[in-house]
Amino acid sequence: MIGLSHYLVISAALFSLGIMGVLTRKNAVNVLMGIELILNSANLNLVAFSRFSAGNLNGQIFAVFIIVIAAAEAAVALAIVLSMYRLLKSVNLDQADTLKG
Amino acid sequence: MDKMLLSQVVFYFFATMTVVSACIVVFARSLIYSAFGLLFTFFGVAALYVFLGADFIAAAQLVIYVGGILILLLFGVMLTHKLYDLNLKTETYQFFPSLLTALAVFATLLGVMMKTSWHSPGVTPDNPTTAQIGVLFMKDFILPFEIASIFLLVALIGAAMIVRRKAE
Repeated sequence: MIGLSHYLVISAALFSLGIMGVLTRKNAVNVLMGIELILNSANLNLVAFSRFSAGNLNGQIFAVFIIVIAAAEAAVALAIVLSMYRLLKSVNLDQADTLKG
Repeated sequence: MDKMLLSQVVFYFFATMTVVSACIVVFARSLIYSAFGLLFTFFGVAALYVFLGADFIAAAQLVIYVGGILILLLFGVMLTHKLYDLNLKTETYQFFPSLLTALAVFATLLGVMMKTSWHSPGVTPDNPTTAQIGVLFMKDFILPFEIASIFLLVALIGAAMIVRRKAE
């Protein structure tokens, strides 16, 4: 029988992989993909708890709000990446050190 | 009994697909491979939503993530690299410290998950959720709903402002 813990394990794996992607990647677009993985794992957790623990739909409502925030985040972050590319001719994060003294 | 077994097989198939393609997203050398791995991760998560009886969230996941965010990310890839540069390699750095961190986070999450006795009053029965979600948005969650729409508007205007070229 598929229970709550199955979904929690998948979500934990997605979260750790997302952190791995955010920490290791040099390319800014790839870091954004890691952030999307993290947001997806949070969503999976919320929907799983909404089904197995809550007995109501509030978790799914929360998941909708997280999807909204993910969409806004992707749009703004890609805008920043594009203007960074225009400025530095590169999207490697270790070259974005203009503020370094 | 037979039906139960079949649903378990399908569940494990989608779970494996989700985690393996997430691994491709994180470990692939090529940016395009990462983007396509992300496509399969989103599809797998949508399938898991279907298993959880969340039909509206599954459809929203497909429409917004696969149809919107992934396309946006691909645009980001294409606009920040030369198109004829087909291999689009991406470098990684601080690999082993990050691997240790990610494994530690995973172990911590698993440990907490196993130790906690989750409150489980029983599984919510499978009903179509779209109508109920709509009623909830219009009754209990009307203020967050409106704030979210204003937030989206502000974010999109801000994104357009950031990338626009300055008038000479």
